[in-house]
Amino acid sequence: MSRETLLNAGLALLLLVLPLAATALGEPFYVSLATRMAILALAGVGLNLALGFGGLISFGHAAFFGIGGYAAGILAGHALNAEPLLSWPFEFSGSDQMHVVWLVAALASALAALLIGAISLRTSGVYFIMITLAFAQMFYYFAISWPAYGGEDGLSIAIRNGFPGLNTALPMDFFLICYVLLMLALVLSWRIRDSRFGAALQAARQNDVRVAALGIEPFRTRLAAFILSGMITGVAGALYADLNRFVSPSMISWQMSGELIVLIILGGAGRLFGPVVGAMLFVLLEFLLGGLTERWQLFLGVILLGVVLFARGGVIGLLVGRARHG
Amino acid sequence: MQTALLIEQLLNGLQFGVMLFLMAAGLTLIFGVMGLINLAHGSLYMIGAFACAGVAAATGSFWLGLLASLAAAAAAGAIVEMTIIRRLYGRDHLDQVLATFALILIFSEGTAWLFGSFPLYLDIPPLLQGAVELPGGVRYPIYRLAIIGVGIAAAFGLYLLIARTRLGMRIRAGESDREMIGALGVDIRSLYTVVFALGAALAGLAGAMVGALQSVQVGMGEPVLILAFVIIVIGGIGSIKGAFVGAILVGVTDTMGRILLPALLTAMIGPAKAAGIGAAIASMLIYIVMALILAFRPQGLFAARG
Repeated sequence: MSRETLLNAGLALLLLVLPLAATALGEPFYVSLATRMAILALAGVGLNLALGFGGLISFGHAAFFGIGGYAAGILAGHALNAEPLLSWPFEFSGSDQMHVVWLVAALASALAALLIGAISLRTSGVYFIMITLAFAQMFYYFAISWPAYGGEDGLSIAIRNGFPGLNTALPMDFFLICYVLLMLALVLSWRIRDSRFGAALQAARQNDVRVAALGIEPFRTRLAAFILSGMITGVAGALYADLNRFVSPSMISWQMSGELIVLIILGGAGRLFGPVVGAMLFVLLEFLLGGLTERWQLFLGVILLGVVLFARGGVIGLLVGRARHG
Repeated sequence: MQTALLIEQLLNGLQFGVMLFLMAAGLTLIFGVMGLINLAHGSLYMIGAFACAGVAAATGSFWLGLLASLAAAAAAGAIVEMTIIRRLYGRDHLDQVLATFALILIFSEGTAWLFGSFPLYLDIPPLLQGAVELPGGVRYPIYRLAIIGVGIAAAFGLYLLIARTRLGMRIRAGESDREMIGALGVDIRSLYTVVFALGAALAGLAGAMVGALQSVQVGMGEPVLILAFVIIVIGGIGSIKGAFVGAILVGVTDTMGRILLPALLTAMIGPAKAAGIGAAIASMLIYIVMALILAFRPQGLFAARG
């Protein structure tokens, strides 16, 4: 077992033990802190697929995060008021069940990722960064100016969506749902990384001309990765809306996109558990520094600048050395 | 719909466009010469606005404030370039994005610390208050006309600077082959600092001028920054001409869309629905235009580098 595998196992265990210990000590607040870590980590695992493995620097993943969030909010709202959301091709009046919400969140994010990806993947480099940022901003302004679902004020979710067999109102039950989804996404991400598809994706990052010469179309490989990446982030968005029982345009803001990139980089881009470490660290920093000063993001900025200038490879890179394949 | 309203909105769009050009020109120049994507450009815009509002409040003179905004933004740009940005030229775009994102956090929170979270207000100088009668019976604020004038003058000045001066020659040389002009004895490091400070001053000027139209607050720069990205994507990265065309296109499309779309939809689906849907589509219009242009010309309208 390599050092990185050991570290990963330790991290997975730590994230599970944290809320268990908090419950035992009668501190339910820390359970919701751990839930936040798991959800942001899930969103990061999604982005890591595109950014870490594929080298696609998407500055617009908040779009998918927000779409997932709005899927949760809108479906729950319609289910509560028993208003039909769709009358054709089939009758659908929303749902307050998480698995339905996740499915809708994933499908809606996939559609958005297909549209954004099909246009922005025709370009590369700086263009790609700017275009993904611009498209996310488009969804942001749409959410603000579309009055049906709260507009600028956002949308409250009266009761957290349910899951068969569990009481999602209990912090620990909800945490376990998020944790299991995170682990599933990590397994998926690991299998993808070591698959033929993953090899093609990573090869396209290193040299797309050679990949094309081998008969693999980099565009289609990247588009598939981008869509899958958006879907995972979308599901994370649905969980995030359920955690806060609130969704607002700020979930789609450029700051959110930036934070998702930041937590991957803090952890280590392209490393399987990079987003997990990053999310744990990010939430912890926010909690500790946010408790000290309202201006905690100033310190986040300084730390981030330090990591970029002096500690490339993130925390995992510092702990177990740089990845073998650059 | 009356012609007067249309002309007024067209001028508003033009004013918005030239203001966006001041932002986009700096960004595209910095990318063209140094190959750097600078997210913190919006912060320089904010610094310009705060410097102008602060100095104008202290001295009572908008003009001193305007000078201060140029000086403060240029100085902030030069300092940041020499301490941080300089280390990023050789790095990949991801590092540049992250480091300049960190700079946004530092600048925004630092400004909020210094000035507080409440917005500041900047008065239009007495010389430029009031409105003029334009042909066609349109009354239009002098201040907005002045912004259009300054923007066009800045565009022309930038053209002269780049096409006709020695500094401009070096900038163009730096765009096409930076190793070669270094080898020819041009101090490339100070050239980079000058270009960065020039871009910063343009952003600061835009911030100061807009500060008198809107409130001056933390976070005012980033929405403008993202629009400037849309503009240079449309115009072609590195092209000043592209930035100018793109900026006017975006400014006019955005402003006219917000007026015309709801009016158009009212005729089709009735006023009740049209207000909401029209506003929602109008807010997406420039991004749709960007997507359409990219679908046909992925490198933008005036791609500077093949």
